Amino acid sequence: MSALNLKLLRDLWHLRGQVLAIAAVIMGGVATLVMSLSTYDSLFETRERFYREYRFAQVFASLKRAPEPVAERLRAIPGVAQVETRVLAGVKLELDGYTDPMTGLLLSLPDGGAPLLNGLHLKRGRMVQPFSSDEVVLSDTYADAHHLEPGDKLAAIINGKRKRLTIVGVALSPEFVYQIAPGAMFPDFARYGVLWMGRHALAAAYDMEGGFNHVALSLSPGVAEQDVIDQVDAVLAPYGGTGAYGRKHQFSNRFLDEELKQLKTTATVFPAIFLGVAAFLLNVVVSRLIATQREQIAILKAFGYGHLAIGWHYLKLVMVMTLVGVAGGVTLGAWFGQGLARVYLGFYRFPYLDYQLHPGVIATALAVSLGAGVSGTLFAVGRAIRLAPAEGMRPETPALYRATLAERIGLQQWLSQPSRMILRHIERRPVKALLTVFGIACGCGLMMVGNYQKGAIDFMVDVQFRQAAREDLAVSFIEPTSGRAMHELQALPGVQQVEGFREVPAILRFGHRHYRAALYGIQAEGQLHRALDSTLRPVSVPPGGVVLTDHLANNILHIKPGDLLTVEVLEGSRPVRQVPVLGITKQYLGVSAYMQQDSLNALMREGNVISGAYLGLDPGAEPAVYAKLHERPRVLGMVANASAIRSFYDTIGEFVLFYNMVATLLAGAIAFGVVYNSARIALSEQGRELASLRVLGFTHGEIAYILLGELALLTLAAIPLGFLVGLGLTGILVMVFESDLYRLPLIIEPANYAMGATVVVISALLSGLLVWHRLGRLDLVAVLKARE
Amino acid sequence: MPPAAPARPQPAPGQAVFRAQGLTKVYRMGEVEVPALRGIDLQLNAGELVVLLGPSGSGKSTLLNILGGLDAPTSGEVWYLDHKLSGASEAELTRFRREHVGFVFQFYNLIPSLTARENVAAVTEIAPSPMRPEDALHLVGLGERLDHFPAQMSGGEQQRVAIARAIAKNPAVLLCDEPTGALDSQTGVVVLEALEKVNRELGTLTVLITHNVGIADMADRVIRLSDGRISGIRANPSKKPARELSW
Repeated sequence: MSALNLKLLRDLWHLRGQVLAIAAVIMGGVATLVMSLSTYDSLFETRERFYREYRFAQVFASLKRAPEPVAERLRAIPGVAQVETRVLAGVKLELDGYTDPMTGLLLSLPDGGAPLLNGLHLKRGRMVQPFSSDEVVLSDTYADAHHLEPGDKLAAIINGKRKRLTIVGVALSPEFVYQIAPGAMFPDFARYGVLWMGRHALAAAYDMEGGFNHVALSLSPGVAEQDVIDQVDAVLAPYGGTGAYGRKHQFSNRFLDEELKQLKTTATVFPAIFLGVAAFLLNVVVSRLIATQREQIAILKAFGYGHLAIGWHYLKLVMVMTLVGVAGGVTLGAWFGQGLARVYLGFYRFPYLDYQLHPGVIATALAVSLGAGVSGTLFAVGRAIRLAPAEGMRPETPALYRATLAERIGLQQWLSQPSRMILRHIERRPVKALLTVFGIACGCGLMMVGNYQKGAIDFMVDVQFRQAAREDLAVSFIEPTSGRAMHELQALPGVQQVEGFREVPAILRFGHRHYRAALYGIQAEGQLHRALDSTLRPVSVPPGGVVLTDHLANNILHIKPGDLLTVEVLEGSRPVRQVPVLGITKQYLGVSAYMQQDSLNALMREGNVISGAYLGLDPGAEPAVYAKLHERPRVLGMVANASAIRSFYDTIGEFVLFYNMVATLLAGAIAFGVVYNSARIALSEQGRELASLRVLGFTHGEIAYILLGELALLTLAAIPLGFLVGLGLTGILVMVFESDLYRLPLIIEPANYAMGATVVVISALLSGLLVWHRLGRLDLVAVLKARE
Repeated sequence: MPPAAPARPQPAPGQAVFRAQGLTKVYRMGEVEVPALRGIDLQLNAGELVVLLGPSGSGKSTLLNILGGLDAPTSGEVWYLDHKLSGASEAELTRFRREHVGFVFQFYNLIPSLTARENVAAVTEIAPSPMRPEDALHLVGLGERLDHFPAQMSGGEQQRVAIARAIAKNPAVLLCDEPTGALDSQTGVVVLEALEKVNRELGTLTVLITHNVGIADMADRVIRLSDGRISGIRANPSKKPARELSW
């Protein structure tokens, strides 16, 4: 090994503490990059493979009912490859010994063989026998939640009739990778299930013989999807079609798209922060190293080493530090990635999830890290190259200090000499001090981002269930029903309060923009279900017009109060009406349009008609009310809020825990990396002064004050800045993640601020402790003899 | 310029300030033992100006460090007045240095971020009965440069700030390790004059290390060291003023 390389290794060993601290920061960046990109790749490729192997359809359409021969007209549409007509039925489910209300979606399977589109991946058991009357295949989420196995029985209320079903298999479908009940806020695997049964049996039970109410299509390659959708709509309109849609609007697929988008964001924003901070640290450490090695550099040059050899020597040093970080980061990132992929499998049901760590991801991590490292140190290395040998042999001119601003404005007399030293050190290199403060602040901010989700979710749950949807139970009817049904509900023992609601599927149009949403008619002075204004206070919906969710009005339709909204109803006689927008409401989940029930009834030219009702129940009355409602054939679905929230928290618990662990680890790494390096550089720069002061009789504690006081000051300044960084980063997340599915509230709890500050303070204390020990080992005798 | 009066009783002139008996010091460098002192017996008295003379490696710095409470002997005893320094704890030695010892180093070791006045004040702030920093700087002839930072002063000026810093606490002893080692002879004489003045006016026991024989003429006593032992002690009844020295 060449002498210069030996020097490199020994320098690295000598700097090992700092090398590790910097590597830890790089590791944080690389780990988030590798975790996000590899999880993205894994999820993306798994999805593509699942969709391809199980023939996920490209266009979907629901309708009221069409005779089977209509399918031929769909097949004739140019560009359509395959058509599969189906029967879909919303059902209530029953399991012995389980009292909470459960709903399900029952889909038909062709009796003549495997489905052409949307194939099932069997996990256990077998497929349904052709023309069997009672066999079903169950979605694995529901089966697992209730420990159901092939051979077990359950019952479904189909169209008001109770039917005993035998489970023959447990399966996954590309249509239901993400399973959530219509209108629900969260997935609830125990209370919502997807089931498949033979077409013949389901049609018989659902009065759909010889007809279909849903169709899935695949397209020939290169066909414009929208053209097909328009023609499908034209064909199905007379049969109560509610509008065909592509994969982009397929519910399960939309959630996956959003998740993938978020992973991409994580893969850019966070590594950028880490690597930026790492570049700064490398710059500081290498600058200092080159300053202390002035004479060595001069001597090497005097011996005849060229500029390139010297420059390359220090760049190699930077690259070794970076490589240590990249190696650690790839390992940690792969571990996090596998963990994250596993957590994802809890929400997104794939038959397999091939964890993919592409060499390209590692190459990206390597290139980005080396780029950050080298660019961060180029200036310092350039200084080593430019140093003339004769100049390098002379000691560096002492640093020039001056009185600080605080002293110039007359605070001098209040400051002891050590305190003046602290202030002057900071003021002499304000940029470095600022970057240090910013680096520490990033640690604080990252911690806050990592812990943000829990608080945001709590807040959304609170707004949704304690302010807006305060009902204990939402009941929906099989079809629109006379308002008199409310009296029946009110008469049930245990029911305290009943508010009817009308729900109408519609396309909302303004200018060239349109959106498919449910139009809700609610009670003007409703106590259970309310609309909220921008300050989250309940507002009564005014008569004669519509109130829109802020996201729907501002970001989708670009409509203001006072404008006229066109409503194309997708039910009944499908009227098209103009309605004035009267207000904007705040809502975090989904988007909706609200009217007074009377106004909506008027718009539909109908009397007092409701689609369902919100119920307030006496405490403890739930099981009895569930049982009573379950018996009613016209009651299609029931959503109980309390149990939905409970099960949601069970489901996300692992997810939140995983994120908190990753965030704490990474935020700690960045805060520690910055504080520890600052402390070590300060020690290297001031070691001689501090040792001199020790000789002059200063105690260990007194010189520690000078060194650690500076760090404490910077750390304290970093905490409020860190709060801002945390708020800013969270703001970016909130903005990026905004969609019509949900908007995260920009809410940061006090506890979260405290966590951010705590991670910074603990990192600072730990660094301080390490430096305190080093101060105790200062060589007092050496400073008397040695020149700087 | 009035001499600054010592604010607390100093050892009486002629009283023994340091007593050392059988001092040895062995440095362990890996597997090799390097003896630096091989048995030193010594007494240094109040008000004296003593020069420790010897080639490099003779042990003079080691001896000075032990007297100054920076290092501990391997064996033997060393006393400051009635305090035993050998075997004292780190905290006791720090307190000893803080209250009784003034140090002057070859490379000044000033704090670059503090002005001349503040460098002195850094020490007077923690000393029990110091003089005013301005007075100490006047004493070494730097009354006009109080608010200059080290980077704005010449080497000789910096060294005089260091002397002012050392004496401002009214120490019982001033220990100077090659104080002119980094200076040219003309500047060196100015620094020695300052030391001479401090010794004369404050009566501070001054111990000066040098390998420069020319400087020895200003001493009351010259102690020669070679190879870790005292090879000779010479009293110098007709000492020369510093301004007449040259090398």
